[in-house]
Amino acid sequence: MSTVANTIFSPETAARFDHLVTIYPLKRSALVPMLLYAQDEIGYVSDAVVAEIAERIGLLELDVRNVLSYYSMLRTKPAGKYNVQVCTNISCMLRGGYEILDHCKAKLGIGHKGVTPDGVFSLEEVECIGACCWAPAIQINYDFHDDLTPEKVDVLFQIYRDGQGKDEK
Amino acid sequence: MADVTFTVDGKQLTAPAGTLLLEACKSAGIEVPAFCYYPGISLKAACRMCVVRIEKMPKLQTACTTPVAEGMVVQTETPEIAQARKATLQLLLGNHPLDCPVCDAGGECELQDMTFKYGAATSFYAEPKHHREEQKWSPVVYYDRPRCILCYRCISMCGEGMDVFALGIQNRGSSSVVAPNVPAQMSPDDLAHVDCEQCGMCIDACPVGALTSGTYRYKTRPWEMNHVSTICTHCGDGCKTTLGVRSTSDGSEIVRGDNRDKSGINGDFLCNKGRYAFDFANNETRLTQPLVRQPNGELKPVSWEAALDLVGKKFRELRDTRGGKSIGVIGSNRTTNEESYLLQKFARTVLGTNNIDHHRTADYVAFAQGLAGKAGLTASLNDTLTAPAIMILGGDPTIQAPGTAWNIRTNVRNKRARLYIANSSEIKLRRQAKAFAHIAPFSYGALASFIAGDDSATDSLTHAGADAASFHSFRDAVRAEESLLVLIGSEIRGADLKRLLAFGTTMPNRKFALLSDYVNSRGAADMGLLPDLLPGYTPLAGNTTFAEYNTPSAPGLDMLEIFEAAGKGELSALYVVGANPISRYGVDPSSLANTFVVVQDMFLTETAAIADVVLPAANLYEKSGSVTNSYGDLQLVSKAGDRAGVRTDFEMIVRIADKMGANMQALVPFGKGTRADMGQSRGAQSGEADRHAVWLTANHLEPKLSPFDPFAILDEIQRLVPGYNLMRLQLLSGNDQHLEPAAGNLVQIANRRDLVLPANDSLFTSGTLGRYSAMLSDLQHNESLRPPTGLTQIQTAAD
Repeated sequence: MSTVANTIFSPETAARFDHLVTIYPLKRSALVPMLLYAQDEIGYVSDAVVAEIAERIGLLELDVRNVLSYYSMLRTKPAGKYNVQVCTNISCMLRGGYEILDHCKAKLGIGHKGVTPDGVFSLEEVECIGACCWAPAIQINYDFHDDLTPEKVDVLFQIYRDGQGKDEK
Repeated sequence: MADVTFTVDGKQLTAPAGTLLLEACKSAGIEVPAFCYYPGISLKAACRMCVVRIEKMPKLQTACTTPVAEGMVVQTETPEIAQARKATLQLLLGNHPLDCPVCDAGGECELQDMTFKYGAATSFYAEPKHHREEQKWSPVVYYDRPRCILCYRCISMCGEGMDVFALGIQNRGSSSVVAPNVPAQMSPDDLAHVDCEQCGMCIDACPVGALTSGTYRYKTRPWEMNHVSTICTHCGDGCKTTLGVRSTSDGSEIVRGDNRDKSGINGDFLCNKGRYAFDFANNETRLTQPLVRQPNGELKPVSWEAALDLVGKKFRELRDTRGGKSIGVIGSNRTTNEESYLLQKFARTVLGTNNIDHHRTADYVAFAQGLAGKAGLTASLNDTLTAPAIMILGGDPTIQAPGTAWNIRTNVRNKRARLYIANSSEIKLRRQAKAFAHIAPFSYGALASFIAGDDSATDSLTHAGADAASFHSFRDAVRAEESLLVLIGSEIRGADLKRLLAFGTTMPNRKFALLSDYVNSRGAADMGLLPDLLPGYTPLAGNTTFAEYNTPSAPGLDMLEIFEAAGKGELSALYVVGANPISRYGVDPSSLANTFVVVQDMFLTETAAIADVVLPAANLYEKSGSVTNSYGDLQLVSKAGDRAGVRTDFEMIVRIADKMGANMQALVPFGKGTRADMGQSRGAQSGEADRHAVWLTANHLEPKLSPFDPFAILDEIQRLVPGYNLMRLQLLSGNDQHLEPAAGNLVQIANRRDLVLPANDSLFTSGTLGRYSAMLSDLQHNESLRPPTGLTQIQTAAD
């Protein structure tokens, strides 16, 4: 059984992982979903996460790192409380995605993959987030904000800074 | 499988169905280039170099993954294919630094060859190259990312081949890297490292210069070395290692060890010791002058003539005054068969004593006696690669005989061999095993009885981890095998071994091998470095074979008795050739205070330090001759390195005998053939002489020209030693040949002490010699830096 004694995850997540490894023909198919859920809970894929997932699936830590490093949505360093993902793919780019990105950089004082000193925001330039109809769009944690202008971004950041923003996981 | 017929480049070819097109082309002499393809490991089709045009198939197909089919029509070299390969090379060279002038692989690089062939020197890709700093993964493995073409060979080699899985690919696209299993953030020095067996197979498999070896990198270029294929001096597998040598002011220095032509008994494999641990030869503390103890107790360098004079005079005097029985002789596990044979002949016929022994690392006497009179029952190392079923009782091949372990893994992986292991430890090979019997500690005697059919022995085998039923199912499965290769560790010896063999030989299609620890441990026993047996396990009394020896028929003193005699003041002289018994057997040096001790060694070992005369010896890489591996496979040793001041053990024994006034013609039968010095006994070109000897032998012109010619003794070995009816051309061509021990069916001493002392070497030690290898020391230090992380631990196949 793949239940782990001293799990670093919450009881719900641990139970979910216990189930997850049983539902695929190959145990290692559970690897990517497990990494994503773990990241949602811990905030990033830490060495401890890698170790526990390797143990749960019966892989080497090296195998987990090989997969982990392939996906840009998985991160190995903590993000800010609100992770701002700015799309710069074609629709957003045509509608000012780079201006939004530059504005975010200036406003937050950080670059791509950066985290503000207070840890509230982090910034990422990402590929298409599937909101082309309302470009330019950004995603903050799992919440979409579209049809943006730099002014709207300012308002948005203030809402989050005031603790009024949605914090979906 | 049935053969299929197909056409490649207009030539009609035939190959068994299922053969990969690339292999079929190779067999027919048609070269299809490939980077990611490596025989015996899983297919990748990652590099796209082997693309060929197959009629009726769309696009170009990869020859490395396409099995041949009936009627297939293939083109391997057309302008279209050349263009495709050129485009692939341009992509591979996109970030490749093209630092061939300084790269280790320059001159023997597959990428370089292909670039020359397809002319991709100019490229469409003008972007700045993506540079990364080189990484030191371990003292012996370095990684240069920019040179890497991501062919995956190293990853498969490490995972499938070595069952270590220390390497993986990380990141994506052009930022992909080969990553080791200890990431930088988990390492004490914040640098990425490998936690592995340090075998260097990744370096060997690397088609470019991305993985380089700590011993060789940036030292020289491939074309500046002479390459001499010889036999590794370390474990009992006797792998062929090709030593790259370069002239220096005081001889010829070994700068590289690798598995260059893969022509040896070891096939693709070479472990860390064969690859890196040749550097003892260059150790600064190496002796290059004979030392003689002065009246004030100091060892002082003297000339060879003075030292040999003294040894000859003293040996003769002590023999004549106190008798041969007062002299002890200790031989080596690392000298050639010729030297071991000569040493025992010298002891028996010149010193007149049977007090001769060596550090026994497995009980070959019981093995030979157990198989006496039965031919065809001993296994060759080659059999481990092909046997349909293998049982390993005791031992840990992964550590003690890495070549054997490699062959077994390959056999299990590619030919679905069934592996059965019984051991008191959970050895790593159990991951490949179909059944693993975990026996209680120290119960190998019971194991031998149990395998032989004694059910009452299960009580001794069982422990908290394993019950009796598991042993019965293990034995049933083994007995059900129609043919079986039985590898026996050195734990099983004496009566236990004979009991096991007595049963085993009653079963059909069983072959046996006894694993020992050093390159010529088997040869030492075969050549009669034993107090109670002559070469070929011939009993002392009542034999006619060695009648010309006229040797004392009473058994001499064994290793322990020699030192007991010394303690009692009964040992007048002790002659130690390439051994360190003081350290190995914990002998009290003061017991030898009144014994004249002569030691032939490379270093001032614990034994040499108390000697009256120390003679600086050449090592196995600096001499010619033959060695016999654990399995009884005889192979040629060729001279690679050279060091001014040292002499081979062979020469020293002959010279001492000469100084004692012995009849040299009787000791070394030389001077009977063509009278001309072909130089095979000395000089940096002795390897040339060996090749010359092939021609001479083919023309029935074997010269035994000088008393220092080991082949003169090989003649005698071939003539006298039972079982050593070797094929000379096979030997001189550098091939292995399997020999069988041939103990006479004469008297067998029942309660003989086996005196087996396993060497217990780890992957990074090799007896006394290993202590003088800087690279082995570095690797031990490297291991000690990191507590076992368990990163390489995975579940066994049985789990």
